[in-house]
Amino acid sequence: MITFLLRRLAAGVVLVFVIATATFFLTGLTGSDPAQRIAGTQAGAAQVAAKRHELGLDRPLVERYADWLGHAVRGDLGTSWFTNQPVSRVVGEALPVSLSLVLAAILLTAAVSIVLGVAAAVRGGWADRVLQVVSVVAFAVPNFLVGMILALVFAVQLGLFPAIGYVKPSVDPAGWLASITLPALALAIGAIATVAAQTRGSMIDVLRQDYIRTLRSRGLPARSVLLKHALRNAAPASLTVLSLQFIALIGGAVVIEQVFGLTGIGERATSAASQGDVPLVLGVVVVTVVLVVIVNLLADVLLGWLNPKVRMS
Amino acid sequence: MSVPNEPNPAHGPSEPVAPRAGVLRRLLRDPLAVAALAYVAIVVVASVLAPLLTSQSPTASKIADALLPMGDGHPLGTDGVGRDVLAQLLHGGRTSLTGALIVVAVSLAVGLPAGIAAGYYRGWFDGVAGWLSNLVMALPAIIVLLVVLAQWGRSTGLAMAVFGLLIAPGIFRLIRASVVAVREELYVDAARVSGLGDARIMRRHILPVVVAPTVIQVSQLLGIAIVLQAGLEFLGLGSENQASWGGMLNDAFANIYSAPRLLLWPSLAIVLTVTAFSLIGNALRDALGVGGTAVHVRSRAEAAPSGPVVAASPSPAGEADESDEADVLLAVEDLHVAYPRPDGSQAVVVKGASLSVRKGEILGLVGESGSGKSQTAFSVLGLLPPLARTSAARMEFGGRDLRGLSPAAMNRLRGKRIGYIPQEPMSNLDPSFRVGNQLVEPMRHHLGLSRNAARTRALDLLERVGVADPERVFASYPHQISGGMAQRVLIAGAMSCDPELLIADEPTTALDVTVQAEVLDLIRELQAERGMGVILVTHDFGVVADLCDTVAVMQTGRIVETAPAARLFAEPQHEYTRMLLASTLDDCEPRAARSHPVQNLGGTR
Amino acid sequence: MTGMNPLLEARDVIVEFPVKGWRRPPFRALKGVSLTIDPGETLGLVGESGSGKTTLGRAILGLAPVTGGDIRFAGRTVSGLGKRERRALSKDIQVVFQDPYTSLNPAMTVGDILTEPLLVAGTSRADAERRVRGLLDEVHLPADTAHRLPREFSGGQRQRLAIARALSRDPKLIVCDEPVSALDLSTQARVLDLFIEIQERTGVAYLFVTHDLSVVRHISHRVAVMYRGEIVEDGDAGVVTSAPAHPYTQRLLLAAPVPDPARQAQRRAERHRFLAEQAV
Repeated sequence: MITFLLRRLAAGVVLVFVIATATFFLTGLTGSDPAQRIAGTQAGAAQVAAKRHELGLDRPLVERYADWLGHAVRGDLGTSWFTNQPVSRVVGEALPVSLSLVLAAILLTAAVSIVLGVAAAVRGGWADRVLQVVSVVAFAVPNFLVGMILALVFAVQLGLFPAIGYVKPSVDPAGWLASITLPALALAIGAIATVAAQTRGSMIDVLRQDYIRTLRSRGLPARSVLLKHALRNAAPASLTVLSLQFIALIGGAVVIEQVFGLTGIGERATSAASQGDVPLVLGVVVVTVVLVVIVNLLADVLLGWLNPKVRMS
Repeated sequence: MSVPNEPNPAHGPSEPVAPRAGVLRRLLRDPLAVAALAYVAIVVVASVLAPLLTSQSPTASKIADALLPMGDGHPLGTDGVGRDVLAQLLHGGRTSLTGALIVVAVSLAVGLPAGIAAGYYRGWFDGVAGWLSNLVMALPAIIVLLVVLAQWGRSTGLAMAVFGLLIAPGIFRLIRASVVAVREELYVDAARVSGLGDARIMRRHILPVVVAPTVIQVSQLLGIAIVLQAGLEFLGLGSENQASWGGMLNDAFANIYSAPRLLLWPSLAIVLTVTAFSLIGNALRDALGVGGTAVHVRSRAEAAPSGPVVAASPSPAGEADESDEADVLLAVEDLHVAYPRPDGSQAVVVKGASLSVRKGEILGLVGESGSGKSQTAFSVLGLLPPLARTSAARMEFGGRDLRGLSPAAMNRLRGKRIGYIPQEPMSNLDPSFRVGNQLVEPMRHHLGLSRNAARTRALDLLERVGVADPERVFASYPHQISGGMAQRVLIAGAMSCDPELLIADEPTTALDVTVQAEVLDLIRELQAERGMGVILVTHDFGVVADLCDTVAVMQTGRIVETAPAARLFAEPQHEYTRMLLASTLDDCEPRAARSHPVQNLGGTR
Repeated sequence: MTGMNPLLEARDVIVEFPVKGWRRPPFRALKGVSLTIDPGETLGLVGESGSGKTTLGRAILGLAPVTGGDIRFAGRTVSGLGKRERRALSKDIQVVFQDPYTSLNPAMTVGDILTEPLLVAGTSRADAERRVRGLLDEVHLPADTAHRLPREFSGGQRQRLAIARALSRDPKLIVCDEPVSALDLSTQARVLDLFIEIQERTGVAYLFVTHDLSVVRHISHRVAVMYRGEIVEDGDAGVVTSAPAHPYTQRLLLAAPVPDPARQAQRRAERHRFLAEQAV
């Protein structure tokens, strides 16, 4: 198990490295001249050249890469071209907002999906119909549209939650919860549809297995067979899908943050992208991939705990 | 030849793909699918003909005309900067459909050949492609798109092409998985032995299997692409000077307090279009016969506790039994088991079976597949799927009527007084729990033993069933022990609460002969030791001869003959029994004695 | 059998499968197996699960990698042939698999399944269809069978279709991998009789892989017994299946229950005695 996790960790580090490198060269090689963009269209050649030198863009790409990588491993992701703020600080300030949102959405997804998925697998009926409706909504309605509707109804009409803005949990825990409830809900719907459908499917598969019948033949109470044995065996597949959904949620947060006026990394990345602020975009990519690697590692630990075959190998 | 209507066991990963000609017809029989197709057709036509349908420009803004209501010149009004809503809607459809087509084209162009090659040839290409696809799947698509747009400027077409690349791993994995599944099928081996080359195998046997999942996936992909594109445009990252549904939503969001109605049209356009694609996908899934819904109905039925056996028409009272009743452990009379068919009729699998087991008697229930022998056994255990309609004139165990017993009451009998040994040892142990845990749980439940007492008892049982190292097996997971060992564990489980009746469903069929002999010995010893009654379900007359006191022969749901074992083998009464016994090969003269290899006839020997 | 060249000859055949994991030694499924099959003969290959009997059949068919030794067919080495040459061999060596449910493509009609090997070999469609009608007759299935899908048939009927496919190009050897073990008792007997009838008419040879001694006794002229990747005993079918020499074969024989209570009691006692002796 330990060697398994170490291997996964090594693979994760490689992943971060490969993505960071690929992104760096992608952003460095082609495209319009950033110095011109930053200096403005009215700037003369000399001004642009000065800007280029200031940003270090006149140095060879490989040299810039070595420089950037050297700093990046020490946690220094460079400086924004437009605000001159350190990228690490910008991302560091935005990260808690996005994490609050995504983690809340993940917890919500896990809780609702288990209940809905198990109920749909065992009972069918209403749970199946709820799941169908959620699936259609999640598939056909973009999450930002869901967000807008939620905001219109629950924030604007009913005034139950704030429509925009983020409250730090250290300042006002209740306010924090209220500020992320609607965005997390809008974000989670897609994930709920996917994870609940997976849970339903794998529960149905497991309940069809021979050992479930044998457990019942031993006279064990139905609740124990269902919630102890069947759920335990259905969990790994759901967990795998849940960890994939984490990636989708980070992406989804980019748009949702815009709707609810949250200054998370998605909002930062969007404005950086529309300005062409390459260091900031690069920083966001690196931090995101690190997050994904950490979450995958956590999922691997959980999977190992759930599945003896993985643990033993 | 064998029974003509022998039920086909559900087999293989999928048996999809009926002849293609029927697919379209079946699709058109689904009204939802027809509506969705019609809607998509309208959207396509409206988008293509947009310049002819409206004279307004979708991008020309005139601040003076901002937020006009529906009316002259602007059938759907204008937006926050005075652009015509209808024109935007029509031209936006162009943008969305083009984008979706780009995504589908790129992802298919990359994912389809890669998936087929990786699945069919495996090897290094599979490794590399798998690694790359994992890499791409670890990235949030929208973040990558932000990088691309930051670098190359705002272009919806470019973004969609890149998104096609990002989503290609999904196609790749789907296709690869279906190719791998087919590749392992014996019919592909058979084709190879028949002399088919790779190209022909691919065309005849592999590609047809890939078509259905691909078509379904494409319809989903179209929807996903439209939603993602709308997201980018909503963020203000779409191509400049190009009308789009997402861009309209952006504008609507900016004016959400002053003109919430602006949300309506683009939202409707997106939601309806995506829903239509999704409905078409679902209808195609049904029409192509992939992952049918019927399976779910059946499985759900199996999941829930089964229905009780109901009392059949008045029990033949007063019919004094000649055998003396005090000895009888289990008595079943006139048992019927039926399953409803989709067309409303019933498939009757057990038709009036009667049997009885005395204390200490081993009853063999023999028959070929589909004879209803397992159904009979499971109806005693109350473990039939709840869809099963079961009735009996009598079903008594230890003097207690089993008919209409509540699930809780049945649970108190099962495992405690009635033990069960299944057929396949490896699939009947819960893979996620240690062997010991699975033995201890029922004992604690039924006998109220402490954890330690149950553990001691479980170890004793394991030793009793011939496990050499009980401590090790107790602490093992099922995948760590052999099939023979697993069957011993299951027998220990069946014995754990000292049942009076043991129901063994083909307990040795999955085992090698040498292991089978040991397991039969074990069952015989345990039965003698504890004086249990046993129902042994089997198709093997050798096993019957080895173990059974009495034999009941079943044929298509009926018990055609019941007799003491010695008499059944010596003087079979029923024609079917005689036919079965004649089919056993053990007493045949060896072939070598009957004939020599054909070309040696009259030859050298 | 003297003075006749064997149809198939396997010499010291070794088959190894790579094991997943870094620097793990490969798994050796066959550890130097030798056997011969004469024209028109049935060689029964008996063994328990994991003994390598199926692997040997697959090695002969070119479906498992031969990593040592060689396999000769009609005097010519056929192990390790290139794809094209291997395909040419499909005329002479054919197969009937165990599982009649996965060995026929569920999406193709019986006619397509049966004509496929003929069309590949360059037979015209008309000739192929005529041949298929003859084949269906040979395996005692009605001629209208050709238009139906495999799922419309029972296990025994599907096995007949698989036999028809194997026969289509008049092979000299058919590898039969447990072809009757998935079938019901009465069906099994009839399919075995069909195998024998075909052999007597066409002179095809069988390598008949099975775990069932009574089946092997019924159909084989000679028998080879496999245990853990090796052949431990071979010889005349009547002798090997009634008075075996090797302790493993003896154990196998004594473990197989006889469908007669009195004789089975006897055999059981014999087996207990034998095991007690072995244990000493």
